[in-house]
Amino acid sequence: MFYREAGQFKTTYAADQALFPIRQDRYAMLVILAIAFIGLPLFASDYWLTALLIPFLVFSLAALGLNILTGYAGQLSLGTAAFMAVGAVAAYNFQLRIPGMPILLSFLLGGVSAALVGILFGLPSLRIKGFYLAVATLAAQFFIPWLITKVGWFSNHTASGVITAQPIAILGVAFDSPQKKYLLVLAIVALMALLAKNLVRSRIGRAWMAVRDMDVAAEVIGIRILRTKLIAFAVSSFYCGVAGALYAFAYLGSVEPDGFNLDLSFRILFMVIVGGVGSILGSFLGAAFITLMPIVIEVLLTQASHAFNLNLEPGVTSMVQLLVFGGLIIFFLIVEPHGLARLWQITKEKLRLWPFPH
Amino acid sequence: MKAWKATSIALLALAGGAAIVLPAAAQQAGTQFMGILGYRVGPYGANGAAFFTGLLDYLALVNERDGGINGVKLSWEECETEYNNAKGVECYERLKTRSENGPTAIHPMSTGITYGLIDKAPADKIPLITLGYGRTDATDGRVFPWVFPILSNYWDAATGIVKFIADKEGGSEKLKGKKIVLLYHDSAYGKEPHPVLEAEAAKLGFELKLIPVPHPGNEQQSQWLQIRQYKPDWVILWGWGVMSATALSTAQKVGFPRDKMVGNWWAGSEIDTEAAGPASEGYYAASLNLAGKDFGVVKDVEKYVYAKGKGGDPKLIGTVLWNRGLAAAMYTVEAVRTAQAKFGKKPMTGEQTRWGIENLNIDQKRLDQLGFGTMVPPLKLSCSDHGGSGLVRFQRWEGGKWKPASEWMSGDKAMVRKMVEESAAKYATEKNITAGCMKG
Repeated sequence: MFYREAGQFKTTYAADQALFPIRQDRYAMLVILAIAFIGLPLFASDYWLTALLIPFLVFSLAALGLNILTGYAGQLSLGTAAFMAVGAVAAYNFQLRIPGMPILLSFLLGGVSAALVGILFGLPSLRIKGFYLAVATLAAQFFIPWLITKVGWFSNHTASGVITAQPIAILGVAFDSPQKKYLLVLAIVALMALLAKNLVRSRIGRAWMAVRDMDVAAEVIGIRILRTKLIAFAVSSFYCGVAGALYAFAYLGSVEPDGFNLDLSFRILFMVIVGGVGSILGSFLGAAFITLMPIVIEVLLTQASHAFNLNLEPGVTSMVQLLVFGGLIIFFLIVEPHGLARLWQITKEKLRLWPFPH
Repeated sequence: MKAWKATSIALLALAGGAAIVLPAAAQQAGTQFMGILGYRVGPYGANGAAFFTGLLDYLALVNERDGGINGVKLSWEECETEYNNAKGVECYERLKTRSENGPTAIHPMSTGITYGLIDKAPADKIPLITLGYGRTDATDGRVFPWVFPILSNYWDAATGIVKFIADKEGGSEKLKGKKIVLLYHDSAYGKEPHPVLEAEAAKLGFELKLIPVPHPGNEQQSQWLQIRQYKPDWVILWGWGVMSATALSTAQKVGFPRDKMVGNWWAGSEIDTEAAGPASEGYYAASLNLAGKDFGVVKDVEKYVYAKGKGGDPKLIGTVLWNRGLAAAMYTVEAVRTAQAKFGKKPMTGEQTRWGIENLNIDQKRLDQLGFGTMVPPLKLSCSDHGGSGLVRFQRWEGGKWKPASEWMSGDKAMVRKMVEESAAKYATEKNITAGCMKG
């Protein structure tokens, strides 16, 4: 009833190829962007901004990066956190070693450094596939944090190997409050998500999908496999690198190489799986699910224990949270293996027919 | 299948809705609210549980026995960090909003989380108390006004351990040409002592080898093979959680004598030695505080808290980390009391608490009054010295108990202080901080 495209005629090719061909989607997107850019900074509390929304956005970006590689190009990677580490450390060093370096350029160069490292570790993908490729990217996961720890230069020879990110300032404006940091991260993430959305609809995106679905067939129709795969690795690592830089600069403020461990890579992989493999929206949904759900469960449990006077030990709350969280992931995988994005698609189809389904 | 999908969508919507409407748990007005970043699960959970149970037991004692601090009751909320830096920051942001006065003072109980909060704390005006861990150069309070690495820091520990080894060898000149291995937890925590140990090695002429153990440290076969090849005279164990016990049992397997191993104070609790069983016999460890139940305050906790069924876990009473938790809570409570003497008998804000910590002066008389006796050494802080005594005491695991193996002693205080000031000055230039004392 409300979600129906009857009467919306497309008279040009441009209109037919628009990002959101349905009017309701366009408006919904505008409303979401307005809430994200205007509503949330005005009304959300500092806790929401710093502890929930900024990490959500940063992880969305990382999940988006992994989704490009795994979801669109079909190359399974377990090195996401390592590429994030490259981005964070590179951005830190560009800021530190080049006086007057604009911070946004540092983020960009952090992403480029990660892309170069990604290409290097993507080389084996020409010969090996699936599980074996995952193991090859696992090498990146172990090698890169080790290298950053081993070579003191990367962390400016601090005793503990921890890098403390420099304050963010753009054109003399200090991005020090949660609101400003949030807006900066949001702007970067929104821009990069838009780029990714267009990228996967372009020639290169279709080449990725062709390689994913059947690489021999893709080669036969003239797609250069090596180049396509390496571009996927480069773009994916670039996204992860920028996410890593934001993780260090806008969220945690200081990071140690061990923070970018295999656990983090797995978390991001779960985001992609739960959110939806091969979907831009899915990256955001998955990141929201994985970052926010444990906190929601914990807060709910704390409230419940206050309300019913259960006097739960804090450790118990945390255990229950792990249990429920694990259960929910399995539940989703069984019920909807294509992730939350697919659920949303089904909902959309139902809405089009509502209230008179066939 | 349809019903399943509907259920899952409904579940998701419910959870999302709940998150939006959830109010922050209101704290009782008029109380001194303590925000606690704890951890009781994960590879370090056993150690964390002992420390935080002690800390909460002492807060409960102050409420039950004294009716609060000068009549101001204490309230608290614990948030589970799992010793994870990102979760620690989330907990910090959450607890900071729980009371208009903030969370009083935060004990991060993790060097990694401390590093994550050092830049945030001054902006939020929340003092950090890092009792025997954290960033060592924060001892210079002129650069780090909001951070208090009280009692002793890692460099005090490292030089103290070197001195202890020198005493065992018969004087520091005997260390020349000796080989010492630092077996460390590969994290910010484990890397903290490197500069000072390297300086000591250069000064005293011993050979130092640094061997990292990756988190969480329950697999050390290759490290100990390396140690066996190297044949060191001593091994310094800089472990935490499951790593310490694994080191002890692996040392036994490769035949390295345990009485040539010295742990730092985080590798010296019953949790570590009991888990390693007989392999721990004869092992030395530094300590910040004495273990045992023969202290007035422990008896008070048993009488006022546990007898009323408000305690945490009776099995932990008197263990090293539980006692350390008591001491940690005592310093916060005394800091609030000191601040109240200046600002009035009401809940203190973060700024007022900071003043209270900086002006702490707990001498032996006060320790006796509080029932702590000789459990911890006296402590006096000032603007330039946020550390305090820097004293360490060594203990040895014999027959299933920690027994004192030395008096309170200090390492190379002068060298530590010099390195602290150099390192803090470097941080100040990096961050554009003008060093100086805060007023009020």
